[in-house]
This record gives sequence, C-alpha cells and structure tokens, in this order.
Amino acid sequence: MSLSVDITHRFAAFEMSVQFETPGGLTALIGRSGAGKTTVANVVAGLLRPDSARVSVDANILADTDRGVWVSPQARRIGYVFQEARLFPHMSVRANLLYGARRRGHQVRAKADLPHVLDLLDIAPLLDRRPGALSGGERQRVAIGRALLSDPQMLLLDEPLAALDPARKAEILPYLERLRDDADMPILYVSHAMEEVARLANSVVVLEAGQVLASGPAAEVLSDPAAIPVMDPAAAGAILEARLAGHDDDGLSRLSVSGGSLFLPHIDGVPGDRLRLRIEAQDVMLSRTRPVDISALNIVQGKVMSVYPGKGPGALVRIRTGEDVILARVTQRSVAALGLAPGEDVFAIIKSLAVTSGNIGRARR
Amino acid sequence: MAMFAPLTPEEWQVLGLSLRVSLLAVAVSLPLALFTAYALARWSFRGKSFVNGLVHLPLVLPPVVTGFLLLMVFGPQTALGGLLEAVGLGVAFRWTGAALAAGVMAFPLMVRAMRLSLEGVDPKLEQAAATLGASRGVVFMTVTLPMVLPGILAGAILGFAKALGEFGATITFVSNIPGETRTLPLAIYSFLQIPGGEGAAFRLVILAVVVSMGALLISEWVAARAARRVAGQ
Repeated sequence: MSLSVDITHRFAAFEMSVQFETPGGLTALIGRSGAGKTTVANVVAGLLRPDSARVSVDANILADTDRGVWVSPQARRIGYVFQEARLFPHMSVRANLLYGARRRGHQVRAKADLPHVLDLLDIAPLLDRRPGALSGGERQRVAIGRALLSDPQMLLLDEPLAALDPARKAEILPYLERLRDDADMPILYVSHAMEEVARLANSVVVLEAGQVLASGPAAEVLSDPAAIPVMDPAAAGAILEARLAGHDDDGLSRLSVSGGSLFLPHIDGVPGDRLRLRIEAQDVMLSRTRPVDISALNIVQGKVMSVYPGKGPGALVRIRTGEDVILARVTQRSVAALGLAPGEDVFAIIKSLAVTSGNIGRARR
Repeated sequence: MAMFAPLTPEEWQVLGLSLRVSLLAVAVSLPLALFTAYALARWSFRGKSFVNGLVHLPLVLPPVVTGFLLLMVFGPQTALGGLLEAVGLGVAFRWTGAALAAGVMAFPLMVRAMRLSLEGVDPKLEQAAATLGASRGVVFMTVTLPMVLPGILAGAILGFAKALGEFGATITFVSNIPGETRTLPLAIYSFLQIPGGEGAAFRLVILAVVVSMGALLISEWVAARAARRVAGQ
C-alpha cells in the first residue's frame, strides 16, 4: 500500500516540483510554513489542480494530468482531516460522522464500523452533541472519525494538532498512534512539529521551497542534520526503537535498545511493549572513554557517523549505536578536543530525567 | 363606524387579497432570488456588475417607473402580454399582476439578504463535504442551504414586508380594482380620496401595523432558532 505523488506547479514566487513515494504506514510531510505542504495535500485530495500532477494510491490513479485524468475530490475516497476540524455546525456529531458514508451509500457498513471508531477515538459520549459544544480536542477526534467512516483508501491529516494547546495535543497523540497501527491504509501527515513527527512517522518527506529535500525512514531522516536544515538545532533529536524490559523498585523503568539498555522515569506498560523514544540532541553528552563515577545512568557505546558544525559554536554529532542513531549537540571546541571524527569510538551519556513523557510513544510492529 | 368593531367583509377582502398577493410574490421570487444571490456571491462571470445593477434597479428607480416598465412588457397590448393572456396566465389588471409588481420590487431586498448570508458560509466546509463524497448539488443541499437558512428567512420576511407595502408599481401596473388589485396600501389611499374616509383608512392602518408586526415577530423567532442551529449549539 503506497502513495505516489509527482507535482509540478509554477507559483508567482517559486516553482514547485515535488516527487515522492511512500512505503505505506504513516508518512510525515514536514517543512517550514510556506514550503508547500498544504499545497501537496490539497492536490492529493483533488481540491487544487496544479499545472501538472500524477497521484496514485497503489494502482488507483487519482490524477494524471498529462493524460487528462483528474478524479474529482468526491470520488477520490481520501479521508481528509483539516487543521480546523471543519465539522458541519448544523449537524449532530453522529450526523457528521456518518456524512461521508451516507454520500457514498455505505450506511450499513459505516454503522457496523461505528462502534469500533467510537472506541478507537473515545467519542461515544459525544454522539448527540453539536460541534459548537465540543472542545478543540474533541472536535479534532470527531473529524478523524468522520474521515475514517467515509470509506477512505488513504488518510490525509493536515496539521491536525496545530490549533490545539499542548495539553490537547498530548490528549490526541495516543489516538493517532493507535490509528497509525490499526488503520490498514497509507496516512500522509502534514506537520512542522518535530515531537509529533518523531512520535508518529514511519517515514518522512522533507519539503523546502517547493522541493523535496530528503525522504526516507523516519529514524534516518530525522537524525540527519543535513536533511533537515529547517530543523532548529535546539530541537534536533533522534528516534530510538525500544522495548520495555521491566520496572525497578526505585521508580525507574528499564528499556532495551539495540545499543544496550536505558533507564527512564516510570513508563506505563508491561514488559515487552514496544516504544519509540525521541532523545533530544541537547540531552546527550559524549565521552571518549567509558565514564565511571558519574550520576548519569544511561551510557551507550557507539561510533561517530558524521559531525555537522552549526552556524554558532555548536555542532551536531551523529552516532551509530547498534541499529539506531543518536544525535548529540556539543560545542565545536569539544569536537576538536575529543578528536571526534567519523569512525571514532565514543560513549553517549543520556540523562534519565531528560526524556519527558511527551517524547515517549507507542510502537507496534 | 366604530374604531374597534370587528372587520367588515370588505376589510377581510382587502386583508386576504394583500396576504395572497404578498405570499405569491415571495413564493415565486424566493428561488429566483436565491439562485441570483448564489451566482453573485460565488461565481465570476462576464457582465456580473451589469446583472448586479439590473437586480438592484427596482430599489433605486421610482416605483412608478417600474410599474410603467412592467406595463410595457406584460401589458395586454404587448406580444408577451397577449401570449400570456392566450394561455390563461395573463397578469394585466389581475391580482397575479399585483403579485408580479410586488415580487419585482421585493426582489433586490431578498437577493441582498441572501447574498450576505451566502458570503458568510465558509467554502472550506463545502470542500470538506466534497472530500467526504458529496457532489456539488449534494453539498449545496446538505451544507450550504441549511447554513444560509437564516438569511433566506430574513430575505423572505423582508420581501414579504416590502410586498405588503408596495404601492407605486402596483397602482401603475394593475390599477386599483376593488377585490382584484386593491391591496391594503391602495385601499388606504382610496379611502383618503373620499371626504370623511379617514376613519375607515385608520382601521386599515391599524390592520397593516398588526400584520407587519406579526410577520416581524414570527420571523425574529424563526431566524433566532435557525441561527442557533447553524451555530452548532
């Protein structure tokens, strides 16, 4: 199951030329505002017709303008979740949820699917309410449910959390994780928030000024400073796949990662749970020898892959540890003093308390 | 005649005719006004400002001129008038003609109210409906129309009030025939032409106030309900 996109369009300010193919799962389309993310989303949904476009989901061709093919939005079966929910204010939540199914004549199946979707998004108590009486987070969950019940062949989420405050975001992220793992269809997730992308994305496409700057598996792209100049070095971080190994008596949870084990403040779950950690580069220190008599509990050994000097005195060091990649933000002076260069052995030190719960997500594989 | 005696048969006739004329005027011009409002609010086409000007003409022309123009188009001596007469739809000097005059005069007010309301509907909601599988017609019926309902009601009431009070175009186009084209304003005018008719005129004035006020109150109530619905509460 994959989405294939090839768009060219001449805007007044710049030329857009975007080609990418997603391997299925959740693909994050990231970039600065104005990079063309929403334009791509609208072309995929059929709401915007560019100079030239080829869009297909698996073998299903939605647009091929060179051959005069342009499927109308209502026939594309793309579940589009907008930034501002866009629920119909004059209808109840139930009518909103079943709107797409009624239009496509799938009422019977949608009513059968309804309990599952209500359960997935936890919106059963809202059924008879009106959108005007819902909170921002509830509205967005209903919008996701409405898209799911319209019998889509893929989901398109355009910054669905951007209009929400941090508490509401934290409320919805677990639902999106469940959606990613349960929905049997490609998901294109437009965002510029690194924490969301790091938690949710299987693969990432980076847009910059209407061009694809990088694309590939999330762990690789997100830890590659060259691929993400749009990324603020202070917000840089790497993604690690981890397995919950156990809970210790002193309130710490033990995690195994490919490069060793980590201790983090208590994480809800049972041993064996798969987790995704985002470790921010600024929470990682480096040492050439294995440190002893140090308060930090998490020390993993690795090899320097590359060093990226920043514009200021800082530098980002990419370290391979096991199958994962860790990013460390250190000063250029330290890079010189430690002689950090590709291929050198190094120990990465991660402070346990630095990994906050917002950076820990669920993974199912 | 006592000031507060029950309505006489003649007064009932005037009231009934006025309501009939106004209701027909609104009923016929409403869909047309909605279509025009939609075209002006949503479409861009050649001659849009000309159409816009044409729609608003009855608002700025002296009503007598509008009545005269109607006479020139629909009068019994004209080709169109003759044709309508032949198929039994003649309007000259008939109550249907009074409704036509009232409808034409009310038209710009209805279009304005509906257009304003249509422009308030976020096209993003219509886009969302399209991605959920709704064709353009279905989007209009299920999203646009319910959301502009308060505007349509406001336009209809405004049009009804205008039709009820229409005088100049009516008397010019279909004359002042008792029982056929003598609506409330025309009846009041007629009484004032007779010495000593002020009392009878005043009874009709009260009637006009009561009917207009009633229509206004009902519309306020209906519009408030519709607005609450559209606001999603």
